[in-house]
Amino acid sequence: MNPLAYPAVPAILGIPVAAAVLMAVLPGYRLTARINVLASLATFLSALSLFVLNREEAGTYVLVDDLNVVFIVLNTLVGFTTSVFSASYIAHELETGRLTPVYLRFYHAMYQTLMFGMNLALMANNIGVMWVAIELATLTTVLMVGIYRTPEALEAAWKYFILGSVGIALALFGTILVYMAAQPVVGEGPPAMVWTVLLKNAAEFDPALLNLAFVFLLFGYGTKVGLAPLHAWLPDAHAEGPTPISAVLSGLLLNVALYAVLRFKMLLAANPRAIAPGMLMILLGLLSLTFAAFMLYRRNDIKRLFAYSSIEHMGIITFAFGMGGPLANFAGLLHMTMHSLTKSAIFFAVGHITQVKGTQKIGDIRGLTESHPLLGWGLVIGVIAIAGLPPLGIFTSEFLVVTSTFARSPLLAMPLVTGILVAFGALLLRLNGMAFGVPSGSKAPVEASIVPLYFHLALVCIAGLYLPAPLVAWFQHVARLLG
Amino acid sequence: MQHGLNYDVAHMLAGGLVLVSFMMLYQVRLSSLLRVFAAHAVVLALSVAWQAYVQGAPHLFVTAAIALLFKALVIPVALNRIIVRLGIYREIETVFGIGLAMLVGMGLVALSMALMLRVTAEATPLAREDLAFALSVVLLGLMMMVTRRNAVSQVVAFMSLENGLILAAAGAQGMPLVVEISVAFSVLIAFIVIGIFLFRIRERFDTVNVQALDSFRGERS
Repeated sequence: MNPLAYPAVPAILGIPVAAAVLMAVLPGYRLTARINVLASLATFLSALSLFVLNREEAGTYVLVDDLNVVFIVLNTLVGFTTSVFSASYIAHELETGRLTPVYLRFYHAMYQTLMFGMNLALMANNIGVMWVAIELATLTTVLMVGIYRTPEALEAAWKYFILGSVGIALALFGTILVYMAAQPVVGEGPPAMVWTVLLKNAAEFDPALLNLAFVFLLFGYGTKVGLAPLHAWLPDAHAEGPTPISAVLSGLLLNVALYAVLRFKMLLAANPRAIAPGMLMILLGLLSLTFAAFMLYRRNDIKRLFAYSSIEHMGIITFAFGMGGPLANFAGLLHMTMHSLTKSAIFFAVGHITQVKGTQKIGDIRGLTESHPLLGWGLVIGVIAIAGLPPLGIFTSEFLVVTSTFARSPLLAMPLVTGILVAFGALLLRLNGMAFGVPSGSKAPVEASIVPLYFHLALVCIAGLYLPAPLVAWFQHVARLLG
Repeated sequence: MQHGLNYDVAHMLAGGLVLVSFMMLYQVRLSSLLRVFAAHAVVLALSVAWQAYVQGAPHLFVTAAIALLFKALVIPVALNRIIVRLGIYREIETVFGIGLAMLVGMGLVALSMALMLRVTAEATPLAREDLAFALSVVLLGLMMMVTRRNAVSQVVAFMSLENGLILAAAGAQGMPLVVEISVAFSVLIAFIVIGIFLFRIRERFDTVNVQALDSFRGERS
């Protein structure tokens, strides 16, 4: 078989579906956990093949272009490493009886369904399909957040459900409005929802309708990005669900929602008479950043702490894309990649830490570097990275965001830098208590999956020291596409 | 003249949907709220069916049928059984009074009219009116979700909001995927209702009052 004829797109979408069905049927958690890892690996390899294959022309439903390849590869990579982490995490949950084998089967099936939903949303060329895929991803995560069935978990799931549904509803209204704007130009029927067709004709759309549509889409999908003031579901969902889900939520699902916003932003940018969409994104981004940075100080739950940190970073990324221009877009893309890798690594560490200590309260976790050196130092490196200290990758991207903002509008840079510094202080303050001092709680060794944790951290570290030239060129190319 | 009739009937049905949305605002009992919601779904079904007839789009009849069977019949009956079993048949509380809710609702309708009619100047009159009414229903649904504190009435409010979206999608001439989207929404709602059923929020929390759930927040314990 000609290797270039490998059907990458059907594989990326089909493998998760097949795996989900398989795992829903098969008994035994060891087997299903292995299938989960294998399926995620296969999806990741298929995604990698997109780099070398000749891409097909954009169809009515599926599109692979230079922009979404970055997202797809990142998505499947983190999906794969999280599945490795999840296997060891879940084994512990079974031992302690928090999850039963039946729920576990459900959990694995949902995990792959979520991967399918996210991959479909990323590859969709049809704005209706994109909407349905994001709804599917939301639903599966709602079910997984509530899987422990404690009152807190159910409340978190309910809140996520209601707020997520409102967001999804607003996004649909925006989608309908985009269709209404396209219909007089493109004509009735399916082509008026195909993104590539829309982009080609965007200049002739009615600008007023397009503006209104973007506001609905930004607030709708923005709810799923976790932008303030629509973020209320995010900390609860992160804190009460299984930790692998927190990692996937923070690392991937927020990106997918932001990707949807970016696609529509490109439509607006292609229409000279429409408003500049950047200002709204800048405002929402700064609001999220500032709000989350101050909220970080009063957290006493470790998973909530990092959930707020996710809001903060999504704020920075939204801000960067809102600024626009090659440099800020480049910084936004890099920051998004780095944040995904770092935040999921942190949640890997946090998952094992909460399991061994039996608590999520920050005050009850002390001296980790002494009692569990590998986990403890992993957390230290992760938090240092997420706080934006050199030489790690997030420092590079935050530095780029800040310098490009200073160069263009120093006034906007002031709140940006303030927010970053405030968050920095809060994170290091909390880290100090958790990582150092006299160890508390159980000192029992853990069977932790250290490999995914340090693999992510190594990637972040390498990216901070040296970015390979082809990667830089690729990101620059995508940044120009984003306009 | 035929065009005039098409327009008038569509206008009347869409306006009727807004009216029923207003009726939902002042229902203080869950049982009557469910009945009004069933009426809401019936009006939506009629409206979508009329659009299907006017646009000559037979697939929209499927959406109308879903609205009629699922939302006007199955869901209200299922929710009714839930509230009977939970013994919360009578009172529901609202955050602010009925008079104020009606006033705010009127403001929202005025807002959506002013906004949509101005923005959609180039679209056909039928689509314009439909979209303006649809946005009104969506905003009224949103307001109801904010003001109600009870889990069941929040679900009802969400469904009324969603009816507005289906109206907008059906009104957009020749929009593809409307049926798929209405199916996706039905799945979503079925999940919510099953969720309330299975998890029996009352058993867990001793109340379906969402405000009471707030006290379980990890932050405060």
